[in-house]
Amino acid sequence: MKLRRSLPRPARYSGFGLLRHALGGAPWPPVWRRHDLRDRYDVVVIGGGVHGLATAYYLAANHGVNNVAVLERGYLGGGASGRNTAIIRSNYLTPEGVAFYHRSVRLYESLAADLNFNVMFSQRGHLTLAHTDSALRTMRWRAEVNKLQGVDSSLVGRSEIGSLVPHLDVSDRPRFPILGGLWHPPGGIVRHDAVVWGYARGADAAGVHLHQDTEVVGIDVTGGRVQGVRTNRGRIAAPAVVACTAGWASTVCDLAGVALPITTFPLQAAVTEPVRPFLDTVVVSGTRHVYVSQTDRGELVFGAAVDPFPSYSSRGSLEFTEGVAAHVLELMPALAPVRILRQWAGLCDMTPDFSPVMGPTPVEGFYVDVGWGTYGFKAGPVAGETMASLVATGKTPDLIAPFDLARFTDGRLVGERGAAAVGH
Amino acid sequence: MVLLPCPHCGPRDAAEFGYVGERAARPDPGAATPQQWRGYLYLRRNPAGWADELWLHRAGCGRYLAMSRHTVTGDIRAVRDAATGGAD
Repeated sequence: MKLRRSLPRPARYSGFGLLRHALGGAPWPPVWRRHDLRDRYDVVVIGGGVHGLATAYYLAANHGVNNVAVLERGYLGGGASGRNTAIIRSNYLTPEGVAFYHRSVRLYESLAADLNFNVMFSQRGHLTLAHTDSALRTMRWRAEVNKLQGVDSSLVGRSEIGSLVPHLDVSDRPRFPILGGLWHPPGGIVRHDAVVWGYARGADAAGVHLHQDTEVVGIDVTGGRVQGVRTNRGRIAAPAVVACTAGWASTVCDLAGVALPITTFPLQAAVTEPVRPFLDTVVVSGTRHVYVSQTDRGELVFGAAVDPFPSYSSRGSLEFTEGVAAHVLELMPALAPVRILRQWAGLCDMTPDFSPVMGPTPVEGFYVDVGWGTYGFKAGPVAGETMASLVATGKTPDLIAPFDLARFTDGRLVGERGAAAVGH
Repeated sequence: MVLLPCPHCGPRDAAEFGYVGERAARPDPGAATPQQWRGYLYLRRNPAGWADELWLHRAGCGRYLAMSRHTVTGDIRAVRDAATGGAD
């Protein structure tokens, strides 16, 4: 897909600009502006995370639709976009999933240049460990599906794993020794806040209105067609409304009378005190329900499986901390003296087949980009690109056609459980 | 530790329980259309508030429990053995 480049651009960030500001002491302009609420927009996007902002950005950038509002109840990137563990990869199990996430990785690769915002995408390689024969079997399957789609992904043995990740215990000592792994060199981590801010800056420069502290309290539907939304700041008329929330998809879509196949679970993550750089890959263990990466600041980021029962609260639990620590130490015993600095939780909208729900709904003009489970952040750019295309042209892009809401009533599920997350 | 009230065993660690799902009326398999049946299988209310849920006290009495639980605060206002009392 080709991006149109006729956008009004914000003042470019550059080394020269940095020097000029440092010497001149002039204040930096705000990255995005505040606006009054218009009483009508061509498109209203609900949710100011990476999905909503990317959708708004690509509507303006690729389709010239810039009378767009992004409505965010809290602050931009304060939900799942700022709570994930920032892992990017495309080594999924289904051909539909692989093609979709492959496009997302491609967009991430050029995102910093496209947005003129350093998103610090580090393609350091992504290693998923197998501790059982069945996990190894699924990985062999995934590797072959990946290769057919042109994604760099292969099975590696214990000795290669030992040299890829020096501190990993590849001996027979653990209760579940490492048998092999799925090695995915294009995978990596990104600075998730920068992705949000970069899209927000680009969308704002293109004329999109970003409204924070603006909660949608109602969606007006008459004759099966969406008319607009009601917010805590007033009513907005809009012929197209896109729900891009993670964690509140069911409650938002319920306002339009659209039922979803979603159950919301919290997922907890934690970060340690900073240590010297030693880990330059992302290490994932399904059996151990944990994934580990090291940030540029030296902190180790740990993520886990979703909590055992549904909740809309983002409280942390001691059970999580104990569990994640035990699992990490089984993988890397040398980390025993490292202390956990903080933990947090985000909300995951789980679907029955571990694939998202994207596309039109029974309410004309009301679109969903929801059900993002534990894999929403890595899909942000491609979700924005495809949803923008759908809203602007009315045609569902091939990449997201398999993920429509009707698949649940038509019986066309896209089973991604084998590669979507850990420990389900 | 999250404690859940079991009508048979008293307050117990939530780790002893398994979350089964929302309680919903099962359509008549003989009369339901495929769309109705799949709606029953997949579509969920998923409220941010009071939810009617089915739980299994798998590491305790092994009984299925009908629980009214608040999904934001975690409060529980009613729990009973799913096999006794109350119409589903």
